Amino acid sequence: MNNFLFELRESMVIALRAIKGNKVRSILTMLGIIIGIMAVVTMSTAIKGIDNSFQKGISSLGTDVLYVDKWAWYTNEEWWKMRNRKNLTIEEYEKFRELAKLPVASAPDTKTNQTVKYGDRRVEGVFIHGSTSEYIRTVNFDFSQGRFYSDIEGNSSRDVVVIGSEIAKNLFPRGDALDKTIKVGPVDFKVVGVLKEQGSFILGPWNPDNLVYIPIGAIFKHFSNEAWNTVTFNIRAPSPAMVAETKDEIEGVMRKVRGLTPGEEDDFSINQQEGLIDNYNKIVGVIQIAGLFITGLSLFVGAIGIMNIMFVSVKERTKEIGIRKAIGAKRRAILGQFLLESSTICLMGGFIGFLFAVLLSMMINQFIPTSIQYSAVVIAILISLITGILAGFAPAYTAAKMDPVEALRYE
Amino acid sequence: MNIINIEHIAKIYQVGSEEVHALHDVSLKIDKNEYVAIMGPSGSGKSTLMNMLGCLDTPTSGKYDFKGVSVSDMSDNQLAAIRNREIGFVFQTFNLLARSDALHNVELPLIYAGIPSHERKERAYSALVDVGLKDRIHHKPNELSGGQRQRVAIARALVTRPAIILADEPTGNLDSKTGEEIMAVLHEIHQKGNTIILVTHEEYIAEHAARIIRLRDGLIERDELVVNRKAPNLKEAVN
Repeated sequence: MNNFLFELRESMVIALRAIKGNKVRSILTMLGIIIGIMAVVTMSTAIKGIDNSFQKGISSLGTDVLYVDKWAWYTNEEWWKMRNRKNLTIEEYEKFRELAKLPVASAPDTKTNQTVKYGDRRVEGVFIHGSTSEYIRTVNFDFSQGRFYSDIEGNSSRDVVVIGSEIAKNLFPRGDALDKTIKVGPVDFKVVGVLKEQGSFILGPWNPDNLVYIPIGAIFKHFSNEAWNTVTFNIRAPSPAMVAETKDEIEGVMRKVRGLTPGEEDDFSINQQEGLIDNYNKIVGVIQIAGLFITGLSLFVGAIGIMNIMFVSVKERTKEIGIRKAIGAKRRAILGQFLLESSTICLMGGFIGFLFAVLLSMMINQFIPTSIQYSAVVIAILISLITGILAGFAPAYTAAKMDPVEALRYE
Repeated sequence: MNIINIEHIAKIYQVGSEEVHALHDVSLKIDKNEYVAIMGPSGSGKSTLMNMLGCLDTPTSGKYDFKGVSVSDMSDNQLAAIRNREIGFVFQTFNLLARSDALHNVELPLIYAGIPSHERKERAYSALVDVGLKDRIHHKPNELSGGQRQRVAIARALVTRPAIILADEPTGNLDSKTGEEIMAVLHEIHQKGNTIILVTHEEYIAEHAARIIRLRDGLIERDELVVNRKAPNLKEAVN
């Protein structure tokens, strides 16, 4: 063991001498690894960041919530079949609410698309959700200011509004949104609450940061022509464990509400976030594989570069290898010298590449979220070490098995 | 006691489809503290014999015992260990590591012998002092003259206290005055009890040795003691 450590240390010293002695070549060789590690690490921090943001967003919507809708969200069922279904109505929701026993909370949800204005500031194409005050109990929202609209405000269809963080940022850059009157379409609404950032750009139209909530009666009152014709029922199960049971109850109650006979198919769909999560995982899985494959390729090219340079280096130093062998270097010593040289180059390159990746991730974070993982440090180091050993092995082996007589004669 | 005992050694190289007999049938004994010169024209098998004696190569047939141990069938790594411990090489072209200073060059065989750093440095330093390079230990080969480079090489050969010093045309790349100095250094080393094998094709260099072995066509032509042995100029050696 001591002997091994001794040899390792001596080979390391020799390798460092060689790297120092050929600065330009060492740096050029490192470049391949720097770029490779930088690409891989940046890619993985971006993917991780997107993933974190999605998980955060999805949990703000609640994982124990079921959505009764005219449409099935994620299915291969034929579109025309669903299109011919009857729209769900607010009256059906009220009947449903009477009959369903398990749900801890439920709320109707219908949408319209409007421009939101305050003074000369405006946000176009905002999804306006109309619901009841119970809606807040079907989601996990935090407020930065104010509250959700009350039972009275909801039931009497007052012109009050709760806005998402992104909307608030756009309309009220100074953060003084509360109690201000904004225009939703042509109608004045009073701001009673501002949501905290839920931070989930990947949810797109579902992202609560870009949404506006008003009482459902206000939608019917002001936007009956532009509102979606169907209502979604958001229903919260008592616990994530009881989602399946709740789903069964919902199906039974909905069939009763719709007056379906036992032979008839459901003319509604019960959706879960699971579908969203599955879909998301599929997409992110593809991005992950494609991204890591492409960036991995650049690392691979870097490794080939190192192997090339190491081969040249071995050829160039044939005489040196001959001298070392003549004065007693064993194969192992020569092998170790060149392996350590290439792995040291790779380790240095990996370290520099990682630093660049951190800087790059910080820059990218301005546009899409990134998340630097501590494990990425270890992984980057391991990858560069393995790259160094693999890329260095063939050249080092060539050097180790050189015939000393031939090598000494080489000019 | 014989350090080197060679019996009926032959070396055949395969060059394309042809077999080249570099050595036919050579038998040879060298004792401790001998000073032997091996001579012969090019193609005589001189280099092949030197590689064999230096354990850089193994014979095709025959027996080679080094200090009573058979080396003819040793593996590469075993040969490397013998070279490291028992043989000090001095080459015509010096064969120093160009990027390393004199001290590191001399230290090198001790690294492969597994000797710890501080002891290495001390021994390398005193070996350099012995060859008169006390002031040059941190000079790189390209900052040294030919004679000084060869002295570094001699220090490197001596630092492991080997059983034999194998000098292959040690003066071949030097002018005659410097060559004479190097021969004086070798003479001194011999006086201290070392065994020296000198490979050369120059008669006047070979005459420094006590015994000359002449090769021709892969065979020993003559093996004789030198009658009028040349005395080196010791004054210059110390210089």
